[in-house]
Amino acid sequence: MFDLSGKCALVTGASGDIGNAIAKALHARGATVALSGTRTEPLEKLKAELGERAFVTPANLSDMDSCVQLIKDAEAAMGQIDILVNNAGLTRDGLAMRMKEEDWDTVINVNLKAAFKLSQAVLRGMMKRKTGRIIGITSIVGVTGNPGQANYCASKAGMIGMSKSLAQEVASRGITVNCVAPGFIATAMTDVLDDAQHEKLNASIPAGRMGSVDDIAGAVVYLASDEASYMTGQTLHVNGGMAMI
Amino acid sequence: MSDVADRVKKIVIDHLGVDEAKVTETASFIDDLGADSLDTVELVMAFEEEFGCEIPDDAAEKIQTVKNAIDFIEANQG
Ligand SMILES: NC(=O)c1ccc[n+]([C@@H]2O[C@H](COP(=O)([O-])OP(=O)(O)OC[C@H]3O[C@@H](n4cnc5c(N)ncnc54)[C@H](OP(=O)(O)O)[C@@H]3O)[C@@H](O)[C@H]2O)c1
Repeated sequence: MFDLSGKCALVTGASGDIGNAIAKALHARGATVALSGTRTEPLEKLKAELGERAFVTPANLSDMDSCVQLIKDAEAAMGQIDILVNNAGLTRDGLAMRMKEEDWDTVINVNLKAAFKLSQAVLRGMMKRKTGRIIGITSIVGVTGNPGQANYCASKAGMIGMSKSLAQEVASRGITVNCVAPGFIATAMTDVLDDAQHEKLNASIPAGRMGSVDDIAGAVVYLASDEASYMTGQTLHVNGGMAMI
Repeated sequence: MSDVADRVKKIVIDHLGVDEAKVTETASFIDDLGADSLDTVELVMAFEEEFGCEIPDDAAEKIQTVKNAIDFIEANQG
């Protein structure tokens, strides 16, 4: 089960915590991986760790031409893309009344528009081969909302709607489009919280703890696998029971 | 019949799985040959590959019949 030997996966945001874990998990199941991000140093480090079947394909996803170029680069490196994981994402938080238009645009462009451009460009090859997986990393707050994150929540909700539309368009061609929505995941970002903050946070999660990056990677491996071929247009919520949707 | 016409018809027959007799020059992919909109996108991709040309989106939208495809390709082949 969940064997990905012979499959080629492009993971955006592989220089970040969750993307790193996703790339490792896909690779461990036998996939060849193309690692993307803007910072090449962590990408090269991950590639060295993985050894064979790993390529570094940097790109700045705030530029739409770079998105199209990234698909070309990854296809050139690996031969084809069977699995696209749209994981790159950023936040520019602020109360809506104070939010700068630029912060709205940056978040929507990288989190949503780039994911669309990458999906659009990758579909051509997938349609031809009549198989493919597009997986978006959205967020629990894309469904619940969160004060101070109007831009981020809009981008993550947008990703879910986009995935449902794409899923309907290409389902007859053996291509599935799904999302994984993490809750609170322990990353470098949450390491800075003190014990009291951690306790308060954990109390709001029925599982009593934050999720790990591997919890997210496991969901991605499942959606990428042949076993998930009848699953499309869905969002897997991986949040320790914080929101049951 | 020109070479382009033969090759276009072969792609249409293969892709849509329709009877050769139905693939006349005036046949519309959607109305006469049972294609859906995604099939027409795939047909254009197949034409691009077969003839090594790029069919821009606005031209692709106008390719609705076998003849439209043959005409575009003949006009744009180097
Ligand atoms: N951590 C959580 O609790 C949590 C919860 C819900 C959802 N998520 C989602 O999970 C995904 C990964 O998050 P993470 O926690 O791993 O965050 P992270 O460590 O900050 O990683 C973010 C990744 O996105 C990439 N990225 C940002 N802007 C980019 C741009 N303009 N062009 C190309 N790449 C860009 C970064 O690449 P560079 O650094 O190389 O630029 C980095 O690899 C994100 O979509 C996030 O919204 C996270």
